[in-house]
Amino acid sequence: MVELAILIGLIAVGYFAGSAAERHHYRSIAEREEAFLHLPAITFKSSETLGDVAESRLVTGCAVISVDYFKRILAGLRALVGGRVKSYESLIDRARREAVLRMKEADPTADIIVNTRIETSSISKGPTNRESVGTIEALAYGTAIHLKKQGT
Amino acid sequence: MILTNIETVPGKTIVEHFGLVQGSTIRAKHVGRDIMAGLKNIVGGELKGYTELMKESRREATNRMIEEARQLGANAIVNVRYATSSVAQGAAELFAYGTAVRVE
Repeated sequence: MVELAILIGLIAVGYFAGSAAERHHYRSIAEREEAFLHLPAITFKSSETLGDVAESRLVTGCAVISVDYFKRILAGLRALVGGRVKSYESLIDRARREAVLRMKEADPTADIIVNTRIETSSISKGPTNRESVGTIEALAYGTAIHLKKQGT
Repeated sequence: MILTNIETVPGKTIVEHFGLVQGSTIRAKHVGRDIMAGLKNIVGGELKGYTELMKESRREATNRMIEEARQLGANAIVNVRYATSSVAQGAAELFAYGTAVRVE
């Protein structure tokens, strides 16, 4: 009986705190993505078409994000019937977008970031050791290019 | 030391290749962080301690790679790649590699 109460408590805490945190995070991601529209991150390698390059350097950004208890249970149930696991989709989406934003924040004065690469790795198993996803790390890296300004 | 993850250093010419340089580090998270992460696993969200850990470790791997390139007499590393592999429960290897070159 006590165990059941704890479980329900954990699910409730996970649901309320988790979805509040996710909404908050998505709001902040959307805001910052808009603020960084002037600095595009592209996956092309070449920079010849861009103009004269003044400086280039490697920039990285990473984020480690974990799912909440409620979503973990939900995903566990989903594994019974198969199909889209929406709760994990948003987890990975958040981590990747956050990583790209941090990469841009590493060099906010750059003109463009070329050859952007995004890597995802699962760095730990869930507390029950059954799930392979639970905490994931997204890493984004690319080459930030500073162009020679006109007239200099 | 200039690092890029494309084949060239834009605006400069490569005059000499020194071959592959690499740096890696294996880090385990400490118990305190693990307990905090366990709590964070209930409510979800970003695990700041882990993000910091990964960032630090990656910086160290990069620094080792740079050190190797410096010893070869290179002044730039092109085509840098990062890789992460989990070695054991609670420990991760961060690996950086690239091609050391001299540019002018």
